[in-house]
Amino acid sequence: MNRVPLEGKVLSENARVAAELRERFREHRLPVLNIISSPGSGKTTLLEKTLESFSPSERVAVLTGDLQTENDANRLKRYGFPVKQITTGGTCHLDARMIEKHIADWDLEKLDLLIIENVGNLVCPSSYDLGEAAKIVLLSVTEGEDKPLKYPSIFFKSELMVLTKTDLLPYVPFDVPAAIENARRVHAEMEVVKVSCLTGNGMHEWLTWLERRKHAFLAELAHLVG
Amino acid sequence: MHEMGIANSILEGVGAEVRRRPGSRPVKVGVRIGELAGVDPDALRFAFEALTLDTPMHGLELDIEFRAPQGRCRECSHEFAIRDFELKCPGCGSTNAECISGDELEFAYLEVEEDEPCAAGRKSTE
Repeated sequence: MNRVPLEGKVLSENARVAAELRERFREHRLPVLNIISSPGSGKTTLLEKTLESFSPSERVAVLTGDLQTENDANRLKRYGFPVKQITTGGTCHLDARMIEKHIADWDLEKLDLLIIENVGNLVCPSSYDLGEAAKIVLLSVTEGEDKPLKYPSIFFKSELMVLTKTDLLPYVPFDVPAAIENARRVHAEMEVVKVSCLTGNGMHEWLTWLERRKHAFLAELAHLVG
Repeated sequence: MHEMGIANSILEGVGAEVRRRPGSRPVKVGVRIGELAGVDPDALRFAFEALTLDTPMHGLELDIEFRAPQGRCRECSHEFAIRDFELKCPGCGSTNAECISGDELEFAYLEVEEDEPCAAGRKSTE
């Protein structure tokens, strides 16, 4: 018997497609963000407020995933930007093939930002790379502040944690510093933004983060080319 | 879920290595999977078995090293395995530590049986 060392990553079919997508997004200088949270943490509401704040000249598009219904796409289409619903039929996450299929008739050259709203689920979406530049995780203050420890995978892989529904903080026992500490235990560099879509508090910080992330993506590309 | 695709990818890796070693037969393949990779080892074993059934790879053993995330102490630089996200350095006791890995999904080793030159010769005369 002979044991030989084997090197390299084990790549799944999804990882292969995601790598192709990432390459395409880079070619088109298109930053892509993948937003993930439990059902009901406020992904669609945050996106509504985000699209509402953009000027009509903003070149942004949204893909929104759910098991069934076009409801979220209908909510988001009102702002006049290209929006497509991905209904998974029962699958609990979006995968790279679904993204590939749904952007097929979009001219990526005409976009400066693509936001993907994943299916509400903190588990499976964390294992499916969609070719995005960054993952963003939402945690609403009506959830437990120990969620980063219970579902570490997605917090480990996300660059930003958005604490949502902060207008409810006076009425719920949510411990903000503990939630942030827990997230940073899993991911030391985790950035945090606190937002209330109801009052608009923190929206400025969120939009500033978005802008900064877009620039960081382009700067990274320039560096790669240079 | 995606364990089937990962099992397939492991088998492709084994196939490529075996082609580089004519006359060898794979017996066991080792992979390292981080707990944060989002891969269920039991589902992966099941998928691996299903994919090798009635193929030349049938009987190939899959050895999964399921690894806890690794932490690094910011005080003394000691690296250690993290359990339940208790980020306490076993070296100096400091809690000023960070998680540095945990989502790896990579090959470790392959065990092969190689035909003895004389055995191969005997076969040809049989």
